[in-house]
Amino acid sequence: MPSFITDYLQKAGQTTPGQYGSPFWALVYILLVFAGVSLAVVCMNWLERKILAHMQVRLGPMRVGPHGLLQPIADALKLILKEDIIPEGADTFVFWLAPMIILLAVFSVYCVVPFGPAHAITDMNIGILFMLGVSSLGVLGIVMAGWASNSHYPLIGALRSSAQMVSYEVAMGLAVVSAVMMTSLDADGTGTLSMIGIVEAQYAQHTWFIFKFFPLGLIAFFIFAVAMVAETNRAPFDLPEAESELTAGFHTEYSGLRWSLFMLGEYAAMIAVSSIAVTLWLGGWMRPFPNLLNGPTWDLAFSLFPALTFFGLAALTFYSTARMPKHSYFRIQTFGLGAFGAVFVLIGVILLLPAVRGRIQDVYWFILKIAVFMYLYIWYRGTFPRYRFDQLMKVGWKILLPMGIGVLMLTGLAGLRTEVWHFTVRSAGEVWDVFRQLVHI
Amino acid sequence: MTEPTSTASQLDLDESNKTYLDANELILNMGPQHPATHGVLRVILKLDGEKVLGLECVIGYLHRGVEKIAENRTYTMFNPYVDRMDYVAAVSNGLGYCEAVEKLLNIEAPDRANYVRVILTELNRIASHQLWLGTHALDIGAMTPLFYTFRDREEILKIFEKYCGARLTTHAFRIGGCQYETYEGFEKDVKKFVAFVAPKIDEYEELLTTNRIWVERTKNVGVISAKDCIGLGVTGPVLRASGVKWDLRKKQPYAAYSKFDFEIPTGQNGDTYDRYLVRMAEMRQSLRIIQQAVDSIPEGPIMAKVPKVMKPPVGEIYHSIEAPKGELGYFIVSDGSTQPYRIRVRPPSFVNLQALDLMCRGQLIADVIAVIGTLDIVLGEVDR
Repeated sequence: MPSFITDYLQKAGQTTPGQYGSPFWALVYILLVFAGVSLAVVCMNWLERKILAHMQVRLGPMRVGPHGLLQPIADALKLILKEDIIPEGADTFVFWLAPMIILLAVFSVYCVVPFGPAHAITDMNIGILFMLGVSSLGVLGIVMAGWASNSHYPLIGALRSSAQMVSYEVAMGLAVVSAVMMTSLDADGTGTLSMIGIVEAQYAQHTWFIFKFFPLGLIAFFIFAVAMVAETNRAPFDLPEAESELTAGFHTEYSGLRWSLFMLGEYAAMIAVSSIAVTLWLGGWMRPFPNLLNGPTWDLAFSLFPALTFFGLAALTFYSTARMPKHSYFRIQTFGLGAFGAVFVLIGVILLLPAVRGRIQDVYWFILKIAVFMYLYIWYRGTFPRYRFDQLMKVGWKILLPMGIGVLMLTGLAGLRTEVWHFTVRSAGEVWDVFRQLVHI
Repeated sequence: MTEPTSTASQLDLDESNKTYLDANELILNMGPQHPATHGVLRVILKLDGEKVLGLECVIGYLHRGVEKIAENRTYTMFNPYVDRMDYVAAVSNGLGYCEAVEKLLNIEAPDRANYVRVILTELNRIASHQLWLGTHALDIGAMTPLFYTFRDREEILKIFEKYCGARLTTHAFRIGGCQYETYEGFEKDVKKFVAFVAPKIDEYEELLTTNRIWVERTKNVGVISAKDCIGLGVTGPVLRASGVKWDLRKKQPYAAYSKFDFEIPTGQNGDTYDRYLVRMAEMRQSLRIIQQAVDSIPEGPIMAKVPKVMKPPVGEIYHSIEAPKGELGYFIVSDGSTQPYRIRVRPPSFVNLQALDLMCRGQLIADVIAVIGTLDIVLGEVDR
């Protein structure tokens, strides 16, 4: 094998291909991430419809494949085969470019998402800055889509969207800064903006940043969690595409494949911002209690989780298979569902192999944490009414922003606590003494 | 249908002396194909950014000439047509029409028929309010209540189906009473439904009443004063939410309503939130009425003696009832023949819709949607 392939393999597990400088393996990682995210979007599509349906006392897709499992594929096929309409009077080039820009912005973010200590395309020393910067480029695509459509509803949707995304980025940035400040409390005293560095700082400080300086980390996380929903235009902040007001907002005039690109972008963006939140506050790829529960026994126990998860999914699938109606009409579906379970078992068995087990662990915990956020997204959508535009702005500027500034300052103070705290206590004691003497006199 | 040109002139759009700097107004055409205009309502909005400067409703997309059809049908033949006006509260429509013709003919429906009428009409009121709640919440962005309300509305429709075979356009009543005797187990079904739906109403309230976003979206939105309501002829829950205790079931009792004990829920602020609370309270009051009616339903004939060929004496009559959406009135002119000379319907939706402009001025686009939802219009009734 050529050396540009093998060289990195010897180093694999210690560094990312980007840092090592191996274009070949970087490309492999890019393809892997792109395929993985696309697959995740497909799964998310099905899961969202199913979970939302069950929250709303209905079944969701049930017809295409067992329990509607093939529905995303059928939808994708339909969208690809649909007529591609460019409305009369639209700016054709900008109309064509807009979904590309959104996709480009969203997928560029994945360059620095650390799925594991070495499982990232690259690691930049300005990682988090890059992520925030690139992901906010998406608003450009939305504005372009709204403008190029030459129609009122998309225009209003785009205006709302740009105002919303710009406003919430401010609060989001402040929350991120407070997490970045926490990284400078390492033993060596230097902070970092690198995504991998941030996770390692949490490992070194023996705590996820969400629990650091309780409740400061929690508040910063909360600000980010709200801002990221607004940033991705999801319920209850889905005003740009508020169907009851603007029919479909900025993508009203889009159809077929182009429309599906917007959807792909939206879901990919949801995963991207969730991965920022996971990295900054929830310990990234780290398993629970990596410091406390270490040692070979715990390592082994935790490394079994991925396989066990898939076995659990398989058990669920087999249970559903057993519950399928016995009528011959459902024979193929029952068989298909069984096969699906078998695939889960197979994946579980593969994940049990020692060689795979060690490498896949970080990715597993990372994805599991993201999945929690994805569930939250669906839950919000099933529960909340939609904010009105002025209320949205009020939440952004009058609640989240002051909170962000407050948390930032308090985090700074808490970081200096060793000196400042003692100084404050001492001075307060002295003042108290003086006051007491004064009163006695 | 209003011509677009006249619309433009009414909204002061064609003023030639406007400069470029004044050109910050946007005309947005909402509907008739729009997910939140509850059918084929077309609203032309004049916007300054997101703020609504004025609006005009363009109606008539669902006009079927129901009133004209009546002039070529006998009194009996026209009865099913009224169900097609407010199709989510078809039973109320039928009740109003039947009672108006009965008044004209000087017959009285027997007691038992009146009780059955009350039970079915009140069930229909709950169904109508449930549909309103679901779609109104969906307009404001809460998807889930829609499915809950439709799930529970189904039980009402099942009772209708068992009683008369139809679920939506029921044609439940006949002139002079009801055609069908209640089916076996009707009372049991109704009682079961009352017990079933009372906690469900609490469930809807749990989702919305104290939900911060819901309260923010509805409080002080689409405010209309009692004076304006009366001036515009607005009736029903919209009027009551503005603080006017006006309910035809109490003020001029028809059917068997005088025999039941219930309250007229009212609000104070006349905003969307109060209208929501009033309708929720009305559902509970309806349950009270149904419970009382089904407990004390008398035995006896269900149909009065009605001539085979109905020839009312020459004259005119106006009879109105409290439909779920407001005062539903029928004005019938008889020339002594078998067919009415003229029927004019006073539909609550049409009259209430006239308040839309007043309620939306100075609000945001999102509020227009909320206000259309809270007015609870049915385009079949607006256009007839």
